[in-house]
Amino acid sequence: MSDLPVKSDVVGQHLLSISDLTIDALIEHLEVAEAFCEVERRSVRKVPTLKGKVVASLFFEESTRTRLSFETAAKRLSADVLSLAVASSSVKKGESLRDTVETIEAMGIDAVVIRHSSAGAPHQVARWMDRARVLNAGDGWHAHPTQALIDLFTVRQAIAAQEGRTSEGTGVSLLEGRRVLIIGDIRHSRVARSQIDAYVLAGADVSICAPGTLLPTGPADWPVTVVEDLDAALAEADIVSVLRMQEERGSGSFVPSLAEFTATYGMTDRRAALLRGDALITHPGPMVRGVEISSMVADDDRCLVRRQVSNGVPVRMAALFLALSTPEEGIRG
Amino acid sequence: MVENLIVRGGTVVRSSEVVSADVAIVDGRILEVGSQIAAPTGAIELDATGCLVGPGLVDLHTHLREPGGEEAETVETGCRAGALGGYSAVVAMPNTIPAIDSAAVVAQVIALGQAAAIDVAVAGAITVGRAGQILSPMAEMASLGVTIFTDDGNGVQDAGLMLRAMQYARGLGVTLAEHCEDESLAGSGCMNAGSLASRLGLPGRSGLSEEIMVARDLALAEATGCSLHLLHLSTARSLELCLAAKAKGIDVTFEVTPHHLHLPEELCASYDPVFKVHPPLRTKADIDALVAALIAGQIDAVATDHAPHPAQAKDRPFDQAAPGMLGLEHAAALTWEALGAEGDGRMLFEVLSRRPARIARLTEASERRGGQSAHGGELMAGEDANLCIFDPSRRPIVDPAALASRSRNTPYAGRTLTGGIRHTIVRGELIVRESEAQR
Repeated sequence: MSDLPVKSDVVGQHLLSISDLTIDALIEHLEVAEAFCEVERRSVRKVPTLKGKVVASLFFEESTRTRLSFETAAKRLSADVLSLAVASSSVKKGESLRDTVETIEAMGIDAVVIRHSSAGAPHQVARWMDRARVLNAGDGWHAHPTQALIDLFTVRQAIAAQEGRTSEGTGVSLLEGRRVLIIGDIRHSRVARSQIDAYVLAGADVSICAPGTLLPTGPADWPVTVVEDLDAALAEADIVSVLRMQEERGSGSFVPSLAEFTATYGMTDRRAALLRGDALITHPGPMVRGVEISSMVADDDRCLVRRQVSNGVPVRMAALFLALSTPEEGIRG
Repeated sequence: MVENLIVRGGTVVRSSEVVSADVAIVDGRILEVGSQIAAPTGAIELDATGCLVGPGLVDLHTHLREPGGEEAETVETGCRAGALGGYSAVVAMPNTIPAIDSAAVVAQVIALGQAAAIDVAVAGAITVGRAGQILSPMAEMASLGVTIFTDDGNGVQDAGLMLRAMQYARGLGVTLAEHCEDESLAGSGCMNAGSLASRLGLPGRSGLSEEIMVARDLALAEATGCSLHLLHLSTARSLELCLAAKAKGIDVTFEVTPHHLHLPEELCASYDPVFKVHPPLRTKADIDALVAALIAGQIDAVATDHAPHPAQAKDRPFDQAAPGMLGLEHAAALTWEALGAEGDGRMLFEVLSRRPARIARLTEASERRGGQSAHGGELMAGEDANLCIFDPSRRPIVDPAALASRSRNTPYAGRTLTGGIRHTIVRGELIVRESEAQR
C-alpha cells in the first residue's frame, strides 16, 4: 500500500463525537477506510502501521461486535491490544473511573477505546489523559461515532455500486442531498445522534420518525425534520436507518407494547414494499427480528446490515490510525 | 477571642439609610456608630475605606456534612468557609448521616457549632431519616430552637404527608422548607431537561418537576396557613408562581442560589460534574428572570446550597456523580455581580442577611440554641456585633486549592469575581481580617 496524504488537522485527535469533526476529517476517515479495505483482501491481512503502539480497550458496558471489531482493527494495524475485563477488574472493587484510566495510562498506552453506559464518560477520560488518544466506542445515549462512520461508509459504497463506480475518492458527494429517514427509539439511541451529526455534516437531509415518547426532547432545535406520516416518508427515502428498541435502557416502557410499536413504527414487510427499489436500509445491530425489523426485510438485498459489520474493521482501522498518527507520518504500508 | 474593635472609613448599610460612619465594638456588642468616633480602649483599627459595612451574612442553606460526611466538610471547616464569605450564621441542612431528625442530633450539631467560628442554626428533617414516610419529632427539635424543617436533598414526595406535616408545623409555629422536585418527573435526570440534554444524551430533570411541586406546596400552604419557605428556586415559572402566591397573601418565602443566578445549562456540555446540581442549572431565560427579580427586590434570600463533595464523588461519570457545588466563600461577590455591581448595598444585605435572618428567626439572640447571637441587624448601638465588611473594588480570582472548605467542587475556578470580603466580625470577634481567617 502506498503512502496516503494525511491532513494535519485530522490526525492525533481524540474521536469523541461526530460533532467534533470537520467535513475534511469526516472525508479523511472515509477515504483512509477505503485504503484499509485493501488490507482485508490480502493473504496476510496485517500491516505494521501501529507496530509498537498499545491500544487499551475498556468496555464498561457489554458489547460483542464493537469490541471485536475495534480489537481486530488494532491487531490488523499490528498494535498491541490490552483488554480490560471490567467484570473482574478493580472497577468492581469500587475504583473510580478516573483512577482506573489513569492507572492504565501509567502503563504506557497510546490509545483508549472506551465504551461506557454514561454519556460523556469518554470526554472525561480524554480530559484525564496526558497523552493517550481516546476513541469513543459508545457512551450512554450520547454518541457512537465509529458506527455512524461505518454507516456512511457502507451507504457510500452501496450507492457507488448502484452507479457502477468505485466509492474511493468520492468524498461525501454520493451522500449530499440524500433523504435519510431514521425510525424508532431515537431518544435512547447514541447511534441516531451520531448518524444525525454525520449525515447532516455530509449534506444529507435527515428526517426522524418515532412515537412521541421516543423522540428526542425539543426536536425543533435539532437539525432534522420530524415526520408523522411514516408510510409517505418511506416512499421518498433514499436511506432508511432502523434502530433497535433498547429495552435495556427502558425503552420498552415508553410504548404500550412491543407489538404495538411494531405495528406502528416497525419495518414490516408491508412498509418495506413502500420503499423505492434502490432505497437502502441500515441497522446498527444487533437486530431484534420481528420487533423493529421483520425477518424478510433483514434478509432483503437492500438491507446493508452484514456489510456494515464487515466494514467495521477497516473504518475502525482508519479511526485508530488517524487518532494515533502525527502530521509528519503517513501510512507506511 | 473578643477584643475591642473599631471599623474606620466604611459605608454603613442599614435597611433605610446608608451612612459614612465608623463602628466601635466593645465586649461583643456595637458600642457606637458615628462619624470620626473615638476608638475604644486598646481597640484594633480596621480599615474599611471603600467598603460596604453591613450585618453579618446569614445563609439559609448550608450543607456542613457533619455528622457522617466529614470527608466532604466539617462544622469547623464549613464555618471557616462561611466566615471568609462574610457569614456570621448559617442554617445547617439535616441531610447528614444520621439525618438531623431527633433532638439528639440537633444537640450534637449545636454543640459542634458552639466551637465554630460562626453561629450554626440547625434545620431539622420533616420526616424520619428524610425517608418521606413518618413525621419526625418536630416538637422535640423545636424545643431546642429549631425553626426550620426540611427534607432537603429531596422533596416530600407524598402530598398527603406534606399536608399533614404542614398542619402539624403550623401548630408549632415553625417553617417548612421544601426542596421542590417531583421525583416521578425528575427521575434519574442529571441536567436541565431540554434539547441540550437530549443532544448530550443526558437524562433531563425538567423545570416542570420543580414547578409542579411549587404549585402543590403553595396550595397546601394556602389551605393550612403553614409558613412555607421554598428552597433554591430555579425557573422563571417557579418565580411567577411564588410571586402570585405572595400577592394573594400566602405565607411563603423563597430563595435562589448564586449558581442559578449565574451559570447556564450550557456548562454541562463539558460533561464536567462540577456543574451537576439539583435543581439543575437552567436556561439563560430562567437566569434573566431570576436576576431581574433580584434587582426588583422580589427575592427573599440568596442562599448558597453550599454542597461540599470529595473528589471521588465528583470524579465519576456525569450521571453518577454527586449533585451539588460549593457556595459560601463567593456568594457575596456573585450576588453583588448579579445586582449589577452597583447600588448602595442595601439590596445586597437585604437578600444575604436581613431577610434570611428573619426567615430563620435569627434576629434575636437565643439561649435555647446554645447562646447564639442576633443576626441581620441594623448596625445600631447595643446590637450583637455581627458584621460583614465587603469591598466592591476587590477582584479575587477563584482558586479551588485555596478554599477553606474541605472540598474543591467550586464551579467558579479561575473566574475573577467582582468584590470580596475584607473583614468578618462575629459576636465581636474578628474572625476574618484582611481576607484571612483568624481561626
